[in-house]
Amino acid sequence: MSVHTLTVDGEEVAVPAGATLLDAVRAAGAELPTLCHLDGLTPVGACRLCLVELEGSGKLQPACATAAGEGMAVLTQTPQLQAYRRMAVELFFAEGTHVCAFCVANGNCELQDVAVAVGMDHSRFPYQYPQRRVDASHPHFAIDHHRCILCTRCVRVCDEIEGAHVWDVANRGRECTIITGLDEPWGEVQACTSCGKCVDACPTGAIFRKDDTTAEKQTHRERPQLLRDAREKHQWQNQ
Amino acid sequence: MTRTITIDPVTRIEGHAKITLHLDDDGRIADARFHVVEYRGFETFCEGRPFTEMAGITARICGICPVSHLLAAAKTGDKLLAVQPPPAARKLRRMLNLAQICQSHALSFFHLSSPDFLLGWESDPAQRNVFGLMAADPELARAGIRLRQFGQQVLELLGGRKIHSAWAVPGGVRTPLSAEARQWILERLPEARATVALALELYKKLLDGPLQHEQRCFGDFPSLFMGLVGPGGRWECIDGLIRFIDSDGLIVADDLSEDDYASFLGEAVESWSYLKFPYYKPRGYPDGLYRVGPLARLNVCEAIGTPWADAELAEFRQRSGTAASGGRVVTSSFAYHHARLVEIVACLEGIEQLVADDSLMEGRIRARASLNAHEAVGVSEAPRGTLFHHYKVDDDGLITRVNLIIATGQNNLAMNRTVVQIAREFISEPVAAEAEIPEPLLNRVEAGIRCFDPCLSCSTHAAGQMPLRIELRSADGALLAARQRQ
Repeated sequence: MSVHTLTVDGEEVAVPAGATLLDAVRAAGAELPTLCHLDGLTPVGACRLCLVELEGSGKLQPACATAAGEGMAVLTQTPQLQAYRRMAVELFFAEGTHVCAFCVANGNCELQDVAVAVGMDHSRFPYQYPQRRVDASHPHFAIDHHRCILCTRCVRVCDEIEGAHVWDVANRGRECTIITGLDEPWGEVQACTSCGKCVDACPTGAIFRKDDTTAEKQTHRERPQLLRDAREKHQWQNQ
Repeated sequence: MTRTITIDPVTRIEGHAKITLHLDDDGRIADARFHVVEYRGFETFCEGRPFTEMAGITARICGICPVSHLLAAAKTGDKLLAVQPPPAARKLRRMLNLAQICQSHALSFFHLSSPDFLLGWESDPAQRNVFGLMAADPELARAGIRLRQFGQQVLELLGGRKIHSAWAVPGGVRTPLSAEARQWILERLPEARATVALALELYKKLLDGPLQHEQRCFGDFPSLFMGLVGPGGRWECIDGLIRFIDSDGLIVADDLSEDDYASFLGEAVESWSYLKFPYYKPRGYPDGLYRVGPLARLNVCEAIGTPWADAELAEFRQRSGTAASGGRVVTSSFAYHHARLVEIVACLEGIEQLVADDSLMEGRIRARASLNAHEAVGVSEAPRGTLFHHYKVDDDGLITRVNLIIATGQNNLAMNRTVVQIAREFISEPVAAEAEIPEPLLNRVEAGIRCFDPCLSCSTHAAGQMPLRIELRSADGALLAARQRQ
């Protein structure tokens, strides 16, 4: 197996060919915030939190969706990157309606975690307070679109792991939204197997179990990778 | 010339309010009004939310009594699921409410109201607060603060946090009583008992002496009283059914279910206050005035059910019960303070009984189900009185309508009548156009409101530092004179 050698913030690291810059950063023991990335799902580079700088190129690249190359010099914590990351998180908060106080995911929310990680203590952008839907038509689960950050992890886990493709993305710009089926109420989508993988994949409190109350959402974000390993490598967790 | 004197804001209460005193042409008190000047809007912005969030949302109404809303919301949730919480969960909820009533009453008595009677009505307003109390009697202030801490700590031991815990949920509670919590409570109970014993002793001495006048004229009038009672008319704080009695001690209505609240409670609205005016429907508005809270709970019950509390209840009635009721009913609103101390005793004894119950430490504490009803009403006794939550939901469990009837609202008519009575008693002489009204008299008018310990929002002005403004206004609204207290 061929190996690429590169540096992350000056630390030399070797990763197998095909690895991403995010893999390299993790191998080097460095931390990068992510939201749209979930191990086991195809990367999309949507949230822009894992942007890194490649020395000499002047371009910023999403680490989750960029292949590691031989001799690359990756910078993860420049002042520009830190400022961009904080701004991106502030925009997430301003774009939706995120009220942690009574959210099901309070204390177990990746958006909350990245806000802490990037040092966000307030948003400099005016909150939009969009009027979005709460779809609780499914017997077990519900989606509150106010809390959706359009990471598309639900779309990918349902398509790539469960194979049901219940979820998709509709519209553009401010109107962009996650939909179920052909934009039908979730409870009416026959393709849904009620497996709950979307609940586990969702980084916020947008998709949740209906009997969860404030701060009760428990997730198993490791499951997509476990299922993929089981399917593709025949490695099962209990072996 | 008709004038209006405004006390704005009312200090040492929870929330924002003002009082206006209306003088007639002769300069005598014609009327007085207690205005609640803030608007929260919770009933509206809960619409569209899943009902499972209601406990979390409504607990945020208040930082003093979030537990009351939490419990009322959880009980309403039980009914939407159509489940009975397991017995251990019901006991745990009761324990939470007892701790909540204990801490809130300690706050009302020691932090907010006792500076008036311990430091004196005439004392410097800048010192007439909990900090002044600390300076004058540090041991008593410390004991009072630690009594409140006891209640708050029990809330944290059960619910994981002192304020805005989401521990009570539709169907039950989240966690049982831990061995560490039981141990801590047992260790601290004797100190809490000693503090309330000290406060009772001190208060009774004042009642025998300097507070007699206030006891007589602070909102002493006949009215209905409403509260929950348990089996046999026992004092109750979370389960049970609703009872109304009158000032003669006669039961006007009994065994009423919260489900039917709309049949016996009406809600009137006045243009000069954001707080609604609930009334007992069969008697109409405003004749259907009734009082809720500690005084009402002690009046409606036959007994409390624990030895020390029952002894204190007997003495409370013997000291302050009206002759017309054969000593059974206490009608002075000033007695709310004494009633709070008696209820703290009841809470401590109740917690002591529950903490010895092994069933609270393991087993089933939560019943789970899907949505099984479209409408439900939950009730609990908040420290300030009976609290109703009424929700309607759609087929998916999303809220379509919310009605919250809070204790302070139910005391609204009584608070207004209390203010009029105090103003007439202490401002009995005609007020000349240029005359200023002495501050201690205005403080008594404010103190009439404090008897009810109104909780108007989650903001607190416990330090008493907010300015008191009095305005004299002519009939056409022109400002004649103003006085500012800093």
